[in-house]
Amino acid sequence: MNDSLHLWLIPLLPFAGFLLNGLLGRRLPKSVVTAIALLASLGSLLVVLGAFEFSFQPNVLPHVETYGQWITAGTLHIDISFVLDQLALVMLLVVTGVGFLIHIYSVGYMHEEEGYWRFFSYMNLFMFFMTVLVLAGNALLLFVGWEGVGLASYLLIGFYFQRTSAADAGKKAFIVNRIGDFGFLIGLFLLLANFGTLTFSEIAAKLAANPSWTGGVLTAIALCLFVGATGKSAQLPLYVWLPDAMEGPTPVSALIHAATMVTAGVYMVVRMHFLFDRSPFALSVIAIVGAATAIFAALIALVQNDIKRVLAYSTISQLGYMFLGCGVAAYSTAIFHLMTHAFFKALFFLGAGSVIHALGGEQDLRKMGGLRKKIPITFWTMTAPVLAITGLPPFSGFFSKDAILYEDFLDGAAGKALWFVGVVAALLTSFYIFRLWYLAFWGESRDPEAHPHESPWTMLGPLVVLSFLSLVGGWFGIQRFAAYLRPSDGPIPEGGTSGLEVLLSIVAVGVALLGWYIAYLLYRRRQELPKQLAARFPTAYKVLTNKFYVDQIYSFLIVKPLLAVSKYLLEWVVDVAILGGLAWLLAGIANLGGAILQRWQSGNLRSYAAWLALGAAVLLVFALAPYVLSASGIDIRLAGH
Amino acid sequence: MNSLHLIQHEVPLAWYLLLSAVLFCLGIVGFLIKRNLITVFMSIELMLNAVNLSFVTFAHQWHQVKGQIFVFFVMVVAAAEAAVGLAIIIAVFRARATLAVDRIDLMKL
Repeated sequence: MNDSLHLWLIPLLPFAGFLLNGLLGRRLPKSVVTAIALLASLGSLLVVLGAFEFSFQPNVLPHVETYGQWITAGTLHIDISFVLDQLALVMLLVVTGVGFLIHIYSVGYMHEEEGYWRFFSYMNLFMFFMTVLVLAGNALLLFVGWEGVGLASYLLIGFYFQRTSAADAGKKAFIVNRIGDFGFLIGLFLLLANFGTLTFSEIAAKLAANPSWTGGVLTAIALCLFVGATGKSAQLPLYVWLPDAMEGPTPVSALIHAATMVTAGVYMVVRMHFLFDRSPFALSVIAIVGAATAIFAALIALVQNDIKRVLAYSTISQLGYMFLGCGVAAYSTAIFHLMTHAFFKALFFLGAGSVIHALGGEQDLRKMGGLRKKIPITFWTMTAPVLAITGLPPFSGFFSKDAILYEDFLDGAAGKALWFVGVVAALLTSFYIFRLWYLAFWGESRDPEAHPHESPWTMLGPLVVLSFLSLVGGWFGIQRFAAYLRPSDGPIPEGGTSGLEVLLSIVAVGVALLGWYIAYLLYRRRQELPKQLAARFPTAYKVLTNKFYVDQIYSFLIVKPLLAVSKYLLEWVVDVAILGGLAWLLAGIANLGGAILQRWQSGNLRSYAAWLALGAAVLLVFALAPYVLSASGIDIRLAGH
Repeated sequence: MNSLHLIQHEVPLAWYLLLSAVLFCLGIVGFLIKRNLITVFMSIELMLNAVNLSFVTFAHQWHQVKGQIFVFFVMVVAAAEAAVGLAIIIAVFRARATLAVDRIDLMKL
């Protein structure tokens, strides 16, 4: 019971890898850098697996390890403590498991790149912060991990910093996340003000002891925290950074911007579910934002031509699904989808990376085609996530997505609307993913210059493992999964019948097949149709290719005014005119005073002597005046003395 | 009492002080208007000795030995000053070949 699991090893091994590679990597040979990075993430994975095995003993979870006090101020105590429960375990398995696979893949993918050591030290840094985020026993430590993964994300998006677009994308991600983090921080302050603690178990205990606490300030806290989640998990309206984040190397997109970091928002909501449970309004907001994001991003994904951008919008859309699950308090379904999504979306990105690698850096779907025969292993491993994300049985996405849609459907009349939106988004998902699949792998090559070559086995190995996980990852079943998670995230809402569940599954699968058929029709059978459709609906097509003009709207409403205020008001008026003017004024006074006083310093010895004598005379007069005056009978004392 | 009477009867106190003041003012004026460094230096000595005279006068007047002791201190300082000052004057003359204070102004901006 009191066995230490040495949970601290899970984050600290990658951190050691980060330090070694970050400080010495430049001088080390590539093989040593690789060994350090892989061993660090493998070690972390092994500790997690050890903890996983341990967790099957009865009554050992949640397992708390406290390493010391961090902040002590008055009645406030914040410990550095890690908590291992079922939720953290699932998340850790995903993070370290997928993370390790992507590390292996990166060895092949990044082999020719400049700054190989830098890449791996950042990757390990990310693993460190992500595991801290997952293991944190209180909201403040979670926030440390939360900000840390943001930093790692920024560093890795801007990995090719010589490219302006990459540097800009990094900044965009960081700044947009900062907006979300502002909400998160306010949420933390409100928690502190109302509960006096940030430790999850204590907040949960206080809430459990007061069943009458609902809404009100809890809604405010929940919504503030959710603002943080919309930033980190790329939901409306803060999703704009994620598509641009594709400027980073593809393994980064797979690890950070698909499988793990972007799901931190979902994880955080589930981690604090006891709080969200008490605010039906906040839950509704989460569900609506999730539904809106799911369909909005899926619409944009329909017409994107960059293979990674399609996947980025797909990720945003799938994150919307997870929040749909959270929004009806069916947290296990969200985590279940998080897990299966981590498998198939990481696989998507790694597969896309393999395609890009094969084509020597080409990312435009319009220039691909016919890759099925040229790079068959990549093709087959890319087919697995295509089937998984569309929700075709028996692949993983079917189980998790259906569970979410089913829970939505059960949630009253509003739930039916959410379910409908989810189903439409599923149709769109199926369409855009099969579009990608057909464009990239079927038909004839559209670029005669291309000479694709299959990727090395360090890249294909992880693809095969992840394909396997994408296929079987859902067989666990939501019922067993929810039962396993129950101690850490509460029961999923009940009330449906198995008949209804089957019916809804049939609808979802039908919709997925319909999406497939449309994609087949448009991009395989009658390839002239997409152009005709675009010509037929020019406005709709233009709006979609321009991503609903959101970037332009933000630029017009927020960025430009902010820049204008910064430049004209803050720079010119405040800085140049007021502060600069004040500085010039002070300097002018000093100059003028100096010019006047300078005349004293004539350098003439006798003038100095004269001043000295004059001064002595004046002092003498002052010293003697009272005696002289009193001797002459004049009273110079002040009245009253 | 007896000696006080003696002084008052022989030379009044004020005369000594007046002489001291006159010598001091001569020193100041000399210091201010003379250009030769050695004369300036002598003027300083003159002022010191004018002060010495007042010290001795008051010491005699009040039958106190403190004033006399101060005179010895002043003479010691004056001797030291003369030694250092004359050395500086010689050094300055060797370097600049002049002793006019107005022309020793290399420190001027």
